[in-house]
Amino acid sequence: MKPAPFAYHRARDAAGAARLLAELGDDAKVIAGGQSLVPMMSFRLARPGHLVDIGGLRELDYLRAEADGSLRIGALTTHHAVETAPDGVIGPGFRVLRDAMSWVGHLPIRTRGTVGGSIAHGDTTAEWCLLAVLLDAELTALGPHGRRVIPAAEFFHGFYTTALEPDEILVEITFPAPAPHAALTEFAERRGDFAIVSTAVSLDLGPAGEVRGGRVALGGVAPAPVRSPEAEAVLAVGAAAGAEAELFTACAHAAAAAADPPHDANGSAAYRRTLIRTLVQDACEEAMTR
Amino acid sequence: MNPATSGRLVGSSVRRREDPRLLTGNGRFVDDITLPGMLHAQFVRSTVAHAAVTGIDLDAVREVRGVVAAFDAADLALGDISARLDRPLHEFVPTDMPILARDRVRYVGEPLAVVVARDPYAAEDGIEAAKVTYDVMTPVVSDTQALASGAPRVHEAAAANTLVDVAMFATEGIDDVFAAAPCVVRVRTKTGRQNALPLETRGAVAAWDAKEDQLVLHTCTQTPHQVRTVAASCLGLDERAVRVVVPDMGGGFGQKCVVGREEIAAAAAALRLGRPVKWIEDRKDALTASFLAREQRYDVRAAFDADGAILAIDADVVCDMGAYSCYPFTAGIEPLMASAEMPSVYKVPAYRVRGRAVTTNKAPTAPYRGVSRPQYVMVVERLMERAARELGLDAVEIRRRNVITEFPYTGINRITYDPGSYLESLDLCERVLKDEGWYDARDAARREGRHLGIGYSCFSERTGYGSTAFAARKMRVVPGFDIAEVRMDTTGAVTVTSGTQNHGQSHETTLAQIVADELGVELAKVRLHQGDTDRVTYGWGTFASRSIVVGGSAVHRAAAKLGDKLVEIGAHLLDAKPGEVERVPGRIRLRDAPERAVTYADIADAAYLRSHLLPDGAEPGLSAVASFDVFDDGTFSNATHGVVVELHEGTGRVEILRYICVEDCGVAVNPQVVEGQCRGGIAQGIAGALFEQITYDAQGEPSATSFMDYKVPTAWEIPDVAIHHLETPCAFTSTGAKGAGEGGTIGAPAAVLNAVNDALAPTGVELDDTPVTPETVQRALENAS
Amino acid sequence: MTETGTASRETHLLLTLDVNGERHELVVEPRRTLVDVLRHDLGLTGTHVGCEHGICGACTILADGRPVRACLMFAAQAEGMALRTVESLADGRQLGDLQQAFTEHHALQCGFCTPGFLMLAEGYLAETPDPAKDEIREVVAANLCRCTGYQPIVEAIEHCAARRRARNPKEK
Repeated sequence: MKPAPFAYHRARDAAGAARLLAELGDDAKVIAGGQSLVPMMSFRLARPGHLVDIGGLRELDYLRAEADGSLRIGALTTHHAVETAPDGVIGPGFRVLRDAMSWVGHLPIRTRGTVGGSIAHGDTTAEWCLLAVLLDAELTALGPHGRRVIPAAEFFHGFYTTALEPDEILVEITFPAPAPHAALTEFAERRGDFAIVSTAVSLDLGPAGEVRGGRVALGGVAPAPVRSPEAEAVLAVGAAAGAEAELFTACAHAAAAAADPPHDANGSAAYRRTLIRTLVQDACEEAMTR
Repeated sequence: MNPATSGRLVGSSVRRREDPRLLTGNGRFVDDITLPGMLHAQFVRSTVAHAAVTGIDLDAVREVRGVVAAFDAADLALGDISARLDRPLHEFVPTDMPILARDRVRYVGEPLAVVVARDPYAAEDGIEAAKVTYDVMTPVVSDTQALASGAPRVHEAAAANTLVDVAMFATEGIDDVFAAAPCVVRVRTKTGRQNALPLETRGAVAAWDAKEDQLVLHTCTQTPHQVRTVAASCLGLDERAVRVVVPDMGGGFGQKCVVGREEIAAAAAALRLGRPVKWIEDRKDALTASFLAREQRYDVRAAFDADGAILAIDADVVCDMGAYSCYPFTAGIEPLMASAEMPSVYKVPAYRVRGRAVTTNKAPTAPYRGVSRPQYVMVVERLMERAARELGLDAVEIRRRNVITEFPYTGINRITYDPGSYLESLDLCERVLKDEGWYDARDAARREGRHLGIGYSCFSERTGYGSTAFAARKMRVVPGFDIAEVRMDTTGAVTVTSGTQNHGQSHETTLAQIVADELGVELAKVRLHQGDTDRVTYGWGTFASRSIVVGGSAVHRAAAKLGDKLVEIGAHLLDAKPGEVERVPGRIRLRDAPERAVTYADIADAAYLRSHLLPDGAEPGLSAVASFDVFDDGTFSNATHGVVVELHEGTGRVEILRYICVEDCGVAVNPQVVEGQCRGGIAQGIAGALFEQITYDAQGEPSATSFMDYKVPTAWEIPDVAIHHLETPCAFTSTGAKGAGEGGTIGAPAAVLNAVNDALAPTGVELDDTPVTPETVQRALENAS
Repeated sequence: MTETGTASRETHLLLTLDVNGERHELVVEPRRTLVDVLRHDLGLTGTHVGCEHGICGACTILADGRPVRACLMFAAQAEGMALRTVESLADGRQLGDLQQAFTEHHALQCGFCTPGFLMLAEGYLAETPDPAKDEIREVVAANLCRCTGYQPIVEAIEHCAARRRARNPKEK
């Protein structure tokens, strides 16, 4: 379990990294925290001829609460930095991001793994992918021809493939609007494992606490994280404050009924559907308490 | 034990002597050894489960940068590893395990060639360059497929793929008992294939020592002398020309008590190249290509009378032992253990059993902590709870009516059980759970529609198997005894050697406690040495919870013998007869004039530096050798485990809310160490009950190649365990200690599974196969609602 | 290393690593993992290798004070970081307080996983001096131990944290 040989290149800045990728071609791979890439290389499931290390680019390590209410996250911000961000940086509007970090692997993974790395890796059950889809994140890529912004809805193509070109690096993730009533939850057999199913819910609440609608995203049920329009249609019906229990149950059932999850060693399609129902319900209830 | 000195240390939780080096990074494990000029070996392994090998081309391997050499079976011409039972062919079919596969491969991961390179990275590059061609055959991937008529044969010699088929007991008239019994219950269960999973994988560093004219084989084994025997035989060396040295070991749990192929191949490469060769198994190989265990199928019926007294057990046991017999235990290890011991802690009047080992195209098996006892205890305990349900009895009450209470008790299995606290442990465990309110909590939860369950297991564990016990299983190579030496130097410091082999059990502490007590010296003055076949006289290593019983008794005997010598010389120095003196800590004094004494240092001075002062005929020096064996049926530790679980509807997650362990291993030499063995064993038992399993697909490809798939539970899944001690001393060990190494693992699956089934009781669904996964539980909950 | 992309695959790297306060210069293949370099190039064998894919945690060390998996980093990525391994915990022959707590609670048996747990706990307690028991359990779940059943590890860390707080009350 030793990686195959490669040449190592340390990028001096983001533009330089993109330039290197363009020069090196398909045989090159970006490494940030390396928490997903290194194990794949140790199994020799990935064997890039060149690694472009962007881990030292402190310019991409930031969390910025903007005046317009959005939150900008530098791609090299670690999960741990999000988890431990002070309230002044990640306020109640983005608390879901901070809370979700406890689901990301374990502490020694979160200290190295990065937000951008997780999204660029594009695992269907990964928390950041799910949050990006749930909250319509804007993903900024930098390539030889400059920057472009990709909506999360168009970013994840499934099975570890994304809209990123081989010579692009992800530099920033922007969550455009606060989601104060949101929650992410998931289920795995063991603490810290990749989820069998993960779900995230963001509720739109009115001034009296009534549910006016919301968003539901699911991971582990398709090759890429997906929203559940059927579940969201149920939420859109709305419910008065204190009367949302039935709405959530209906929402959870709708999400489960509409999903077409895979059957594999981690669970049958039927089991995954049960998990969707359970977890969407839990996420709705948790989001309501936020 | 010498009454003047006993009891100071034995029974006390003294700090472990191993800890300082292990806590500071100064432990020395096999991968920490670096020798000048050392090369690194890895193995070309079969990528198919069953095939004739039509070609191995290593030319390209040898061209890879950094690769120094590559050898296949033909290059090395080594002897096979042969494990045998003394049984007729209809009971046991011998198979040999080649060091490197020759013309046939029998599992994915079987070693075909060894690649030696300047570093492990280059070795792996080399492996990728190997070209092996196969004529693929249909693999046998399950016990049922193995036994089906017309199945392909894994070994030509083994008809019906059966390596062991023994009907050890068959009480006459047992069918009539079943026919007449008012209550007959049946349990059919399949238990998952597991990996014992020491966190340190297997490994070796082999080098020729020209001065000593010896191969020095550093390897992490539980049985160094047996590795020496097999290595010498396979390599064609005299045994004295092989020295096996065991450094610190990162666990073993049975996987390292058999002789592996890779350490011998690495040694052969070292001999061929004249350079040290290191092999460290990587985790992928450790998961797929080392020794596995525990994949068994039981079909067992039990007959009960109307009052819940057990009348008979009729069992059919099939163990899927994979591709080869392991040395020295053979493929018989699991079926013979289950057959011999299944009546467990109960008074069973009639018993019939057939135990079979089948061979399949899977990695071979080795003993794993508990060996079959986690399984048959689970089966018997499920039978008890099922019968209780049928008869409307309480699950603890039915056990109470059946456990052995008068000792010694000779069972239907012709084993004599020494005194234990079966009933007492059961009563105490139940009382604790009741006093803590768990019965009320369960009933309240049920009323709320939640799924709480309480489950028990009551069991014993034979510890200290002696040579007669293993001989009774008809092993050709019969483990049992142990030899210890105790030596005192001129400073009064004591050196002890033992043929047991610590790999986490704290022997450096516990065996030293025994010796220090016997001799009346400070613990700090006693140092234990193990794991060096040139330094240790002989022994069978550590497995089967034998070390404190057999090894502890041997070091005690040797210490006592040395004590006699101290008395003999001390008396002489005091101008007295041995009968006129007594041994007190550090000194020999006159009984009638205790102020007249000589210190051990005075005696050592005479024994070594002034031997003209010794009594006539006395041997100079201060050392004593003693051996110990168990000639009866050993000694039985026992325990009752009580578990409370909650099943979470919607995910099927099994949450363990409470775990009580009432254990009796006689006198605990170091109670904290005993508790450590219990907790660690229970964690492994829970792992088997709920989490870990290696499955194979129809092509014989193993499912678990990483820790993502092989789900070793973490601190989040394993509960705290409350331990209560009972103490029924062993009559024949000097300390009164019984073994404690395996009990936790043996009891946990049964208790957990019973608790799950208790929680499922309102649903009418019963689950008997392990591991019980969340999906299975969820399905059971759904079926009911 | 280069930004030009002209390097051949055989290129070795000249690295400077700061380990336990000591600077080491060494030449290694880029593919060498940090744990292999610590163990085999620098001879710091206290850090162990259990899985080489980031699950077992036996290789956990501190990088800039935070626990990381040394098997999930190439040594080249560790340049410029302050690394700490288990060898840094004791003061000469005197065990550190965390090590002391481990031996008191019998939180190790074979000792193979122990350095990883020690460094995990060392990094965690530095950031979270007053953790709840369940929080400790969650952190301890990062690493695998096959011997202890974890309970004594959790208890040792809890005990060590309590003692540290008693010594430095302002940290509460």
